Amino acid sequence: MLNFTLNNKKVSVDTDENMPLLWVLRDVLGETGTKYSCGQGLCGACTVHLDGQPVRACVLPISTVANKRITTIEGLSEDASHPVQKAWAEHKVPQCGYCQSGQMMSAAALLQQNSNPSEDEINQFMDGNICRCGTYPRIKAAIKSAAKMLRSDSSQANLGVHIQQVGDEV
Amino acid sequence: MSEVQNVSRRDFLKLVGVSGSGLVLATTLGSSSLVYAAESQGNELNLFVSVEPDGTVNIVCHRSEMGQGIRTSLPQVVADEMEADWNKVKVIQGLADAAYGSQNTDGSRSVRRFYQVMREMGASARLMLEQAAAKTWQVAADKVKAENGFVRNLVSGEKLSFGQLSSIAATFDLPAKEQIKLKDSNEFRYIGKDIPIVDMRDIQTGKTVYGQDTQIEGMLYACIARSPVVGASVKSFDEEAAKAVKGVVGVWQLPDAQKPFVFRPLSGVAVVAENSWAAMEGRKHLNIQWSEAENQRHNSRHYLAELKGRLPSKGEVVRQRGNAYRALETADKIIEAEYTVPYLAHAPMEPPAATAVYKDGMVEVWACAQTPQSTQTNVAQALGLDPEKVKVNVTLLGGGFGRKSKPDFSVEAALLAKQFGKPVKLFWSREDDLQHCYYHAISAQRFEVGINSSGDVTSWVQRTSFPSISWTFTGTTDIPSNSELSLGFGDLPFNIPNLSLEKHKATAHARIGWIRSVSNIQHAFALGSFVDELATHSKKTPHEMWLELIGPDRIVDPTADGFDYQNYGESPEVFPIDTKRLKQVLNTVVEKSGANEQTEANEGWGICVHRSFVTYVAVAAKVKVVNGKVSILELHSAIDAGTVVNPDRVRSQQEGSMIFGSSIALMGEITFDKGQVEQSNYHDYPVMRMGQCPKIETYIIESDAVPGGVGEPGTPPVAPAIVNAIFHASGKRIRDLPINKHLAV
Repeated sequence: MLNFTLNNKKVSVDTDENMPLLWVLRDVLGETGTKYSCGQGLCGACTVHLDGQPVRACVLPISTVANKRITTIEGLSEDASHPVQKAWAEHKVPQCGYCQSGQMMSAAALLQQNSNPSEDEINQFMDGNICRCGTYPRIKAAIKSAAKMLRSDSSQANLGVHIQQVGDEV
Repeated sequence: MSEVQNVSRRDFLKLVGVSGSGLVLATTLGSSSLVYAAESQGNELNLFVSVEPDGTVNIVCHRSEMGQGIRTSLPQVVADEMEADWNKVKVIQGLADAAYGSQNTDGSRSVRRFYQVMREMGASARLMLEQAAAKTWQVAADKVKAENGFVRNLVSGEKLSFGQLSSIAATFDLPAKEQIKLKDSNEFRYIGKDIPIVDMRDIQTGKTVYGQDTQIEGMLYACIARSPVVGASVKSFDEEAAKAVKGVVGVWQLPDAQKPFVFRPLSGVAVVAENSWAAMEGRKHLNIQWSEAENQRHNSRHYLAELKGRLPSKGEVVRQRGNAYRALETADKIIEAEYTVPYLAHAPMEPPAATAVYKDGMVEVWACAQTPQSTQTNVAQALGLDPEKVKVNVTLLGGGFGRKSKPDFSVEAALLAKQFGKPVKLFWSREDDLQHCYYHAISAQRFEVGINSSGDVTSWVQRTSFPSISWTFTGTTDIPSNSELSLGFGDLPFNIPNLSLEKHKATAHARIGWIRSVSNIQHAFALGSFVDELATHSKKTPHEMWLELIGPDRIVDPTADGFDYQNYGESPEVFPIDTKRLKQVLNTVVEKSGANEQTEANEGWGICVHRSFVTYVAVAAKVKVVNGKVSILELHSAIDAGTVVNPDRVRSQQEGSMIFGSSIALMGEITFDKGQVEQSNYHDYPVMRMGQCPKIETYIIESDAVPGGVGEPGTPPVAPAIVNAIFHASGKRIRDLPINKHLAV
């Protein structure tokens, strides 16, 4: 049995230790918010947080997740209240939506490290997340909005909730 | 076909799946985005509308959502005419059923074909609710008025909610068409407004369910090793080695695929397992030996050389005016150029996937299908069933771009579900998607154009050659079809006295299919590039050159020159080729972008205008070329799509089209060697990433003309605008896509 924390809940799975986290999430645990697209860590659709750091779940063997904390889109907030989720709605970012779980998880990780990223820093951090529909201009605008929300007092409270939930992401 | 079977309520529950085929299977679908009918208790008012006692208005979306926003836009039209309160609207995804009319979500047709139908559905529901109120209050019909979810008594001021009125309204006969009164546009409540997409919350929270996400109790997961060469078959494979992989449940060889391939599965071996990972691991051990196949000699580089080799000779004429060859002889100058575009793949973020259950001679399918009805008929055919024994649920689509209009993957899922007697999710990997696609055709074109001493174009010879989509369906077609040549070739809108538009033969060696904007991609690339070259030769600005070639305001009729023009299946009276609208989008984009202004050193603007899917789009691109590397700085587009239902979704489609077109221009290339595709994933079939993405601006022309297409027409003018900009920035003319064969991107 292999134990880890998923969205602040303890889970145990009994699978091949080489099985990537993505398939454990989707097929074993039935959590399909994390999407499959390339399977090679090339597109970012499956981005989740491992102890607060963004990782590509499709190339992460489950054995490396033992006793660690995983946050997926389902756990980014309880009620779509994370500044990134709010900004995504504000800017009407999604088209088909398939890549957006990964986009939002990458964006949340970026803003955790850097609450005021420059254009270049956004480009660099988000370059691993492909959107075939072409929502990049809106993603960029949404990240800037979310950053603003994060820097404002009212949203710091939201971030506080988030930090508390995911523990060692601080 | 946008004909809907009457304005009828009789089939509402059947269509949304309560009674249906009688096959209501227990699922664990946790979706709130796809509301299945079992939950619906509504009073049906017509085929698309039911109202629940609590006031919830259920509106069926019968078209597939793949990012264009159709689950919002069409219900938005119904709700507007109905005077529904948008906050009470629940969108229900329709099952496959011919009663809806066409559900084939391609060709940029959803709003174009169903705007009027949806308005009538909404207006008829409104009338029935008003009649119910009039009956309740015992007042004349003109003494009541529907307003935002209620009907008001104009005499007493009382109000009754749609929910309160729904059961009475549902007992009435459907209004005759002549009783239905549509709103004036100044009364619109939702049409023309930026209504947020109905699936936003699910996307924000990861609750969306796409084809890859379907989960059914007890289901197995399957992937297929398909023949690397189209038409090859399985000679032998190692069943035991695959079965030895932990989690693998079974292995099954699919029937051999034969020409014409249509939507049938390719030859291959399926591995069925307890999870996706085990299925893919098992597949690695199959060690399949494949038979020889005629297509294994296919090499796309040599093939393109063959296509180009035919172009200098006269082809089969499809449209002719005057005498182009005689006029060439007397021309002062002849300009010649050839352009090529490689094979392309759609590469939607979600690779195809379908889940099927086979039980008691019935099949239920959940699929990310652009074409629910052809999914139904093809599954039925493959399993020897009547189509009514096949129930097709449409999930959200993680991008489509034409790939998911081919129901081959649903057929695969259904065959496996029958074979294994359990629910099966059949998923494609990214590698499967890129290597076994229905590809956009590789193509070559040539121009021979004569100019007189005053710089006027007097003669125009244009030739095109590419393998036809029709080959996929016939196995024998070896020349482009008129429907493909109607996409930006035979509909040339130029005012030139002598024309000869010709096609050359090309035999297919891979499954050819539709990709966003189809043959407009190569035709607009060649034409848009060549006009820019003519401008340089004629010492005119590209803007002047375009306006001169397009000529005076008029309606262009390609059939007058003998071309069997198909006009996207639309009437030429309702949707003519209108040069005034063509020039208007061009002028708008030039003016708004500043494309006629001077640039910094190493920078340049390029423009192009193109009509496709009965919509007009012009693009201006600004690029910088430094040290052999091109950066796109800005992309501007102007679109005239007639009446626009949701301007924000039109803007988002334009933004997406700019990026889709840029990916094609910069990097899009599928190549074949020994009949096999050489690319396998996003590392060698790159698409645009954020760091490459320029500033994008969209200008929507305000219009009350009938709605045109939106999903596709933005794409064709992008690549030519970019290569033209590269020329003006650097002097380098790129005639063979993609750009990354010539410059770093």
